[in-house]
Amino acid sequence: MSSLLPYLIASVCFILALQGLSSPTHARRGNLIGAFGMLVAVVGTLVFTHILTFTWIAIGLMIGSAIGAAMSIWIPMTKMPERIALSHSFGGLAAALVGVSEYHHRIGGEGIDRFTMTALGLEVFLGFLTFTGSLMAFGKLQGLITGAPVTWKGQNAINITMFFSALALLVVVVVDPHQSAVFYATGVIGLIVGVLAVLPIGGADMPVVISLLNSYAGLASASTGFALGNPVLIIAGALDGTSGFLLSLKMSQAMNRSFANVLFGAFGQVAPTPEGGPGPVANYNLATVEDAVGVLSAAQSVIVVPGYGMAVSQAQHAVRELAQALEANGATVKYAIHPVAGRMPGHMNVLLAEANVPYDQLYDLDDINDEFARTDVSLVVGANDVVNPAAKTNPASPIYGMPVFNTEESRAVIVLKRSMNTGFAGIENDLFIRPNTMMVLGDAKKTLREFIAGVKEEAAA
Amino acid sequence: MSNELLFGLYIFVLAGFLGHYVIEKVPPLLHTPLMAGTNAISGISLVGSLVSAGGGYGKLSMMLGFIAVICATINTVGGFLITDRMLRMFKKKTPAKGVKA
Repeated sequence: MSSLLPYLIASVCFILALQGLSSPTHARRGNLIGAFGMLVAVVGTLVFTHILTFTWIAIGLMIGSAIGAAMSIWIPMTKMPERIALSHSFGGLAAALVGVSEYHHRIGGEGIDRFTMTALGLEVFLGFLTFTGSLMAFGKLQGLITGAPVTWKGQNAINITMFFSALALLVVVVVDPHQSAVFYATGVIGLIVGVLAVLPIGGADMPVVISLLNSYAGLASASTGFALGNPVLIIAGALDGTSGFLLSLKMSQAMNRSFANVLFGAFGQVAPTPEGGPGPVANYNLATVEDAVGVLSAAQSVIVVPGYGMAVSQAQHAVRELAQALEANGATVKYAIHPVAGRMPGHMNVLLAEANVPYDQLYDLDDINDEFARTDVSLVVGANDVVNPAAKTNPASPIYGMPVFNTEESRAVIVLKRSMNTGFAGIENDLFIRPNTMMVLGDAKKTLREFIAGVKEEAAA
Repeated sequence: MSNELLFGLYIFVLAGFLGHYVIEKVPPLLHTPLMAGTNAISGISLVGSLVSAGGGYGKLSMMLGFIAVICATINTVGGFLITDRMLRMFKKKTPAKGVKA
């Protein structure tokens, strides 16, 4: 018996875990099955592989478990994109370090064939790239680095040159595996490319980048599997790689942009808006809380459109309370979730689920877009680009062609916004100057609390 | 091409296809848990780290393996825990109505 049997069991468990995610009712059980598979794989390795010393393994497992548990139990849901970015960086680092360790061990002993060398090279390059790239994404999400695209002259040329020189070095080391310096240089270039590739990408494009890094982390794991001849690593890496790739494709489609445009386009750069210049922004309808409460109290149907602003102001619980007050008034409340709302795929869904919003009230773009025309009030909470009608009407707009909500078709639109500054993409929003739009400026959570009090008062009167 | 490489490619390509079909069925509602879950699964590189850390490969390999064990364990343990925490939150309309959905 070898560790191959436990690895087969683990592989099946992982596939069942992903299958469980096809519905919220089976997802938890699937996740448990996945965890069980992982346990089988780890125990199988410890029992059937030639392991000499268990001390460092035990210490590593304990430290890792403690940090992992702490990062999962106490982190607020609003920090989920940051949390995911960090774990991608850990995944990348782990794969890269195993690659370096394996190279160092083999080159001093049995030698390395070309195939293994290719796998090791890719593993180390992708692993280090994912490591620094994800750290950069984390820094941008956390506000440690500016969320705006950082660009300079010849940026794409430099990045592409770096990328191809890494490939060239890889070829050299595959031809002669004893060129240790070349091997380590590949890793170093991976570290640099990770930083340079994420710098020019703006905050609003984070869903694509995080998905793509997810894919790279998977590919790094799969390369580890090739290098070690370990099938479960290849399978898990392939699953992770496809998942991240599919998600990033979906996110790009939801913005009507190609992969290349997201990666090399430096979005915010496309439409530099003159700061403080006299724009159409002057003509918006500034509304008071009382006006908005009046409109909300009279509404029979309300659609809430949440965006990143809801996450920033942690307003998901207030949104839920307002919805309850409106439902007590006899109104129906639904939520319209855009695929790229927030900073990662599914970000809004998780926040609203945390606030106990039942998931059957959450609707995807295609399922709800026809309903706006029959809706009394659309309540936009910290969303911007996903409700910008310019995407449908103005071919000159940088977001032209992006599928957006038909928010402006509802009888009234209430927009909660921190200030009249342009959104992350730096684009003017035509919705804000429509006659049926009411702008309520200020912190979303605070405004919502005032709405709740107002609606309840009106109902009692 | 060696057989080892070919078998690896077989597994990789077929797993990729399978992944495509399974993941296509995951609704946007669960995209964040999907990401956290695949993260936990790709923490399987832990298996490789274990061998580096304990296989008697010499000091450097052992140290690198040790750090890799920590990183990969954070991802597996943390990944499954946080996925579960998220999935626990997804509920249908208030069960207080007494009607089973």
